[in-house]
Amino acid sequence: MQIQNVVSKKGIEAWLVEDHSRPILSLQFAFKGGSTQDPDGKSGVATFVSGMLDEGAGDLDSQGFQRRLEELAAKMSFSANYDNFSGSFQTLTQNREEAVKLLRAALTDPHFDAEDANRIREQLLANLRLEEKDPDKISSIEWYKLAFGSHPYGRSSNGTVDSIQAITPDDLKAYRKRIFARDNLKVAVVGDIDAKQLGELLDTVFGDLPEKGDLKLVPEVTLANVARQRVVAMPNPQSVVQFGFQGLKRKDPDFIPAFILNYVVGGGGFSSKLMQEVREKRGLAYGVYTYLYPLDHAGIFAGGVATENKSVAQSLDLIRAELERVSKEGLTDAELRQAKDYLIGSYALRFDTSGKIAAQLLAIQLDGLGADYIERRNGEIDAVTVDDVKRVAKRLLEPKNLIVTVVGEPEGVKEVGL
Amino acid sequence: MALALSPLDTVAAAQTSSPSRLAYHGTLDNGLEIVVIPDRRAPVVTHMVWYKVGAADEPLGKSGIAHFLEHLMFKGTDKIPAGEYSKIVARLGGQDNAFTAQDITAYFQRVAKDKLPRVMEMEADRMANLKLAENDVLTERKVILEERRSRVDNDPSSLLQEQMMASLYTAHPYHTPVIGWETEMKGLTREDAIAHYKKFYAPNNAILVVTGDVEPEQVVELAKETYGKIPANSAVGATRKRPVEPEPVAEKRVLLRDGRVGKASLERYYTAPSFSTATGREAEALQLLARIVGASNTSRLYNKLVREEKKASAASAWYSGLALDNGRFGFYAVAAGDNKLEDIEASIDGVIDDVIRNGVTDEELARAKTSEIANLVYSSDSQQSLAHTYGWSLATGRTVDDVEARADRLKEVKREDVQAVAAKYLKRKRSVTGYLIPEASQVAKVDPRPASAGGTLH
Repeated sequence: MQIQNVVSKKGIEAWLVEDHSRPILSLQFAFKGGSTQDPDGKSGVATFVSGMLDEGAGDLDSQGFQRRLEELAAKMSFSANYDNFSGSFQTLTQNREEAVKLLRAALTDPHFDAEDANRIREQLLANLRLEEKDPDKISSIEWYKLAFGSHPYGRSSNGTVDSIQAITPDDLKAYRKRIFARDNLKVAVVGDIDAKQLGELLDTVFGDLPEKGDLKLVPEVTLANVARQRVVAMPNPQSVVQFGFQGLKRKDPDFIPAFILNYVVGGGGFSSKLMQEVREKRGLAYGVYTYLYPLDHAGIFAGGVATENKSVAQSLDLIRAELERVSKEGLTDAELRQAKDYLIGSYALRFDTSGKIAAQLLAIQLDGLGADYIERRNGEIDAVTVDDVKRVAKRLLEPKNLIVTVVGEPEGVKEVGL
Repeated sequence: MALALSPLDTVAAAQTSSPSRLAYHGTLDNGLEIVVIPDRRAPVVTHMVWYKVGAADEPLGKSGIAHFLEHLMFKGTDKIPAGEYSKIVARLGGQDNAFTAQDITAYFQRVAKDKLPRVMEMEADRMANLKLAENDVLTERKVILEERRSRVDNDPSSLLQEQMMASLYTAHPYHTPVIGWETEMKGLTREDAIAHYKKFYAPNNAILVVTGDVEPEQVVELAKETYGKIPANSAVGATRKRPVEPEPVAEKRVLLRDGRVGKASLERYYTAPSFSTATGREAEALQLLARIVGASNTSRLYNKLVREEKKASAASAWYSGLALDNGRFGFYAVAAGDNKLEDIEASIDGVIDDVIRNGVTDEELARAKTSEIANLVYSSDSQQSLAHTYGWSLATGRTVDDVEARADRLKEVKREDVQAVAAKYLKRKRSVTGYLIPEASQVAKVDPRPASAGGTLH
């Protein structure tokens, strides 16, 4: 797989993988600055914008825009997470030129009409009403609140009922103006196009965006070194548990050893230690998992489990004990070897569709790792030693600092540190 | 060994509007069907085995056994110690999993191409040599009960859907949930699992699908060395006779009131033909009907309920045709604000009546065809989705030719066909309507009879 660095006449840069085996183009892009850029009291603006770009733009109203997209069989979708506002676009080669114009209009001339905004607002509010009763979502929202408090990471990207009701079309326009800028943009393209054609496409879509964005500074944040446990009562037969503590940012020199550590502890499906203890040996849960979530301004090492109410305390004890054990002992040679075998061997599985390749290329750009990362990556994993993992395990795994949220009617589980 | 190879033409497919003639297809002497779809863009393969057995083939009182056995297939054989199966795949740098539905049970591994022989050897081994220890079975039974709690009992909308399916079918086993009824799951035993395994797991009841960076001849050779050594089971094959669903006579209604519901919503299911049972172009017409009525933000349903009347915040329609027996046509809507579900339902009925009376426009039909045919091209980008399409279709009675003629068949559908399937199948007596209600106060207006949570009224 060959990555070309394409720079358009207007200076817009993109990574390209040419693939002419299907008459398809996948383009993914992101502007730095997601929901952390939402104004105070108006959380959910970035998400609201993501729902509005294809609701009327250029010389087409909402219905006209959607209809044109369908006629061209093009697909576009937008989303916002904490750090980024992202877009995904697919078109057939035969309709590329026309479809690209729609994407350009969505980014540079979206209407944000009040009536359309109210319709999308109603959808966002309905989703929030559903989330309010969804144990997984409640558990997650409460966890971020406990972990980050008043920092922008402490509020949900989807906003709240109050904040969504407070957002006006002017708020949406202001967000677009501040965030959609060329110095802020990363683009990855895979499919049936060559470098010259892509250069023209980039100028068409992004060329008229302002040169510089206007992002407000987001403070760095670390998680408190103190145990916290919240229980949200809900009449469910099964409790949904989220747990987590301080993790690492992507740029941390210990990130790759931590990545391996996470795989062994709870990131490796059936093979992981937590899965063995909780599911395979005792049948306490359908799933238990951990993951590293490196945000731009914080690092999280988190996980989850769902188990019937009477087994929550036992499951949490097992999870804490396993984290404690790994923190003291690290991994064996064999465990490290097995983790490397999987992580190195499975890397190619992330590159077997146009969309997946584009997503990988975009993520590497957002992390600032350089195009050669794909070549370097397996070597970096292979170079990790047992001592590296042991050092990182000691640094990261602090079960006594675990922040836990439980949603359900767990037996014998108390709130702590609130 | 008789293997008919069909001509391969992958690249030409990219030049036309639809992917056609992609797959090699053949059958081993022991009855194992083989489908190979080469895609050489990444050095990766997806290897799947599809068994032509699902939850709808379970014995009475043993609901969930097909899915339970799927879990137990990961336990081990003489060659592979208990619990090691997925770990070995992981050490190969691969990913594996499995899934069960009403008509099928499927197992897959995704690996670098040089690991294909090893995963074929392992999958063939467990097709014939599964070993189950009593203790592993009992532990795994707790896991499937937790899985049920996660997927169904913790989620009122899943509970409603389960009750709607139970209500929609009178005799046909599609009325039983794939995961099983909790009361029956608790009683499933090692012997039940082994009986199901012996009855249905054999090469002559399976389809091997391999997509990715492979040569068909190489897959056939490997299949002969592995699956080819397993004898056919003569008891399999004629066993897929299921109770026939009688013609529906009464529309059904299901109410679920639950304090855990955040927003009132409604669903409706109709029984309709599947791609396997349909005659003529009825299945394709239903597929296009679903798109025109409610598959996008340009659809009639969205325009009426969400844009114009503002009764719903979401409204959609769908057609599910990948089934051995009945397919389903469905509607879904979420109330906007405090709008009543009965009003939303009346609007949905209005949209349906309009199509039945006046049909659809040329412009709508053309747009729907464009979208559906383009989706075939987009999904050909993924070896996993290709493997799914071929595997699921063949396991539910369709042929490779059927799969590869999808775009052409869609093109042939006429406006009259769409109107005709709407008139024929979107009849209330063929349907179940489900209400999910957050507060008790709405119930009295929906139906004057007393309702218990999760109860069916009809």
